[in-house]
Amino acid sequence: MSLAAVKNASRLPDLSRVARVDEVGVDERVARFQTRSIKKASKIEALKLILSMIDLTTLEGQDTPGKVRQLCQKAIHLHDEIPGLPHVAAVCVYPTMVGVAREALKGRDIRIASVATAFPSGMAPLSVKLEETRLAVSEGADEIDMVISRGAFLAGDYRKVFDEIGTIKQACGGVHLKVILETGELGTLDRVRRASVLAMHAGADFIKTSTGKIQPAATMQVTLVMLQAIRDYFYETGRMVGMKPAGGISNAKLAVHYLVMLRETLGSAWMTPEWFRFGASSLANDVLMQIRKQMTGIYQSADYFSMD
Amino acid sequence: MARPENKLAFDDGWQYAPAPESTDHIRIDKKYGLFIGGDFVAPDKGKYFDTINPATEQHLSRIALASEGDVDKAVKAARKAYRAWSRLKPANRGKYIYRIARIIQERAREFAAIESLDGGKPIRESRDVDIPLSAAHFFYYAGWADKLEYAFPGRRAKSLGVAGQVIPWNFPLLMAAWKIAPALACGNTVVLKPAETTPLTALKLAEVIADAGLPPGVVNIVTGAGETGAAVVTHPGVDKVAFTGSTEIGRVIQKALAGTDKKYTLELGGKAANIIFADAAIDQAVEGIVNGIFFNQGHVCCAGSRLLVQESVAEEVVQKLRDRMETLIVGDPLDKNTDIGAINSAQQLEKIEAYLAIGQEEGARMHQSSCAVPDKGYWCRPTIFTDVSQSNRVVQEEIFGPVLAIQTFRTFSEAMTKANNTPYGLSGGVWTDKGAKIFKMTRGIRAGVIWANTFNKFDPTSPFGGYKESGMGREGGLHGLDAYLKLEA
Repeated sequence: MSLAAVKNASRLPDLSRVARVDEVGVDERVARFQTRSIKKASKIEALKLILSMIDLTTLEGQDTPGKVRQLCQKAIHLHDEIPGLPHVAAVCVYPTMVGVAREALKGRDIRIASVATAFPSGMAPLSVKLEETRLAVSEGADEIDMVISRGAFLAGDYRKVFDEIGTIKQACGGVHLKVILETGELGTLDRVRRASVLAMHAGADFIKTSTGKIQPAATMQVTLVMLQAIRDYFYETGRMVGMKPAGGISNAKLAVHYLVMLRETLGSAWMTPEWFRFGASSLANDVLMQIRKQMTGIYQSADYFSMD
Repeated sequence: MARPENKLAFDDGWQYAPAPESTDHIRIDKKYGLFIGGDFVAPDKGKYFDTINPATEQHLSRIALASEGDVDKAVKAARKAYRAWSRLKPANRGKYIYRIARIIQERAREFAAIESLDGGKPIRESRDVDIPLSAAHFFYYAGWADKLEYAFPGRRAKSLGVAGQVIPWNFPLLMAAWKIAPALACGNTVVLKPAETTPLTALKLAEVIADAGLPPGVVNIVTGAGETGAAVVTHPGVDKVAFTGSTEIGRVIQKALAGTDKKYTLELGGKAANIIFADAAIDQAVEGIVNGIFFNQGHVCCAGSRLLVQESVAEEVVQKLRDRMETLIVGDPLDKNTDIGAINSAQQLEKIEAYLAIGQEEGARMHQSSCAVPDKGYWCRPTIFTDVSQSNRVVQEEIFGPVLAIQTFRTFSEAMTKANNTPYGLSGGVWTDKGAKIFKMTRGIRAGVIWANTFNKFDPTSPFGGYKESGMGREGGLHGLDAYLKLEA
């Protein structure tokens, strides 16, 4: 074990002290966020903020350089017809596509996120995960989205999960690390909360709900529990950790509810793409459609928004 | 361990634009008479009083002031109607009550807006709680009308006669529903006096009752202040008294009724303990604290106005609560995003502010949310007191506002002792992850309603009422029928 790993090991948090979660209470709180009425100027502001927080994603076996280049074009030109729109925060691709994205986004202020560590299952030896992470970083990824070993977590081998995150974090160097908990496989909100604490203590810059390959993916309930874990970690350490719900957020109204939840849980400091992202492939167009509606009072058909 | 220097910011960045509920669809008359014998009639002395919007201090309507003579007319009308109403086929009584429930549902938007205008409560609450629950009470008791013999097997259930009912200003329509629905289902007729600061929805309910085609005199509504209420309660033609309000007035009523054979229920004040154990789901418990004390500006008799928190998590709970308080939106009751509306009246605000001063004089540390409040109207920021002890007045006395007294405890038995150590016993809350602890605590607390891992949940099927100075008798559920019946072998 390297010296750093030893140092890491000593910091394994005591998960028995992690706050318990009451599911009924979480549902009630989430319902309250959904009754917030967001209209007019505050709605337009929210919609633009959402666009700027999107990690535009393609993670398919059928991804090609052509597909990734088109996605990058969409990331730059969301809908040029409407002036003053922000661009998305990042594109999210497989490690083998990082080079293509790098080329396509040259000179642009759009980050490249790459999944790694045997995404989506994480069922590979650590050496393979490390190799993949290093490859993605050397290809030019700005952010690494890793998955935790859910099997180890469910088996109670928290040490293994913790060390793995710590080791990958080291392999990332200065590159931002997002840790995917795959909450749909954790089963309970209590486990989501514990996994969040584990990931943050192990060095995660962001915690992320899902790969998008497992149902349920992101839900408001799961995201709230993770936001509360981030808040408690901030209370304790003063370090801000980012949040990324991913998968299942495909319409603007739901995304606005997420922003309400973010605002009322973590406050204004987190309301930027630096600290909050939406992992989504189809959210952007619905948001664009709503912005158009707010500007003109009329809904335009989906045919007026590019589908890349 | 949380460190206080790590602060969250809630006052800058993205804000919610105003989202006011429209009031175009509601109708408030310039003047309201008394609803006696199926008609709105002028008060015999021709006196009226104003009802205002506590959020703006703007005049809403002129309301008839019922004199003793008017109350006498109302009781006589109720007595006259009683004969036919009590002999009506029970299923038909049920039919009328169902009609009231359905019309309330149909006019829910109107009722919600008027409730918020007249009383200051946020539209979110009148829309999602007050009005739907009012309709639910009528629906629930309508179902009992023809099943009374099954409610009390082996005994014959007979109606009492005329019920005189006096209700408070904190849940105007809901309290009217709590009172009227079981009375009618059991075959009684009613004289109801709404609170003087919030008469409008009761008068709107009179319209509904007329629209539902109830026989004249079955429900009579007389408006006025304390004297009118006293006339209702002490009228010799009243067979049953139902009162919801302060313990102080409850005592006066009980004295007045001593020696009479009037049946009565009193639902009075409270100073409920919300008990948070270290093993509770803390984030959800914080929501429960907020819901317990800031719901309806704390104008709730069963409000969780004392927080008992286990010392090992006290700092964490208070830090989270303070941050949560910063996200509460205080302001225009008609805005759909408002969490905390206006204090119901100038008089109530004065009382609350007096307690804020008392708390500080007693040496407690006061903390209020930093929100701005409008210039006009009656407002109180959400407030907590820490460093308080059992002997402080803010711990012992009912404030009836958005003011929470926070105490700590070390052991289970200390929590139970402190929870019970008050003259009141209306409600309580327990927060823990351990089922056994819930049962042990709920058995030990002398209070009518105890919630576990939640707070302020109401349902027409569930009885509600107090121990000790919180009152006597139960309303709601099967128990609520008992108060309106004579049971014979």
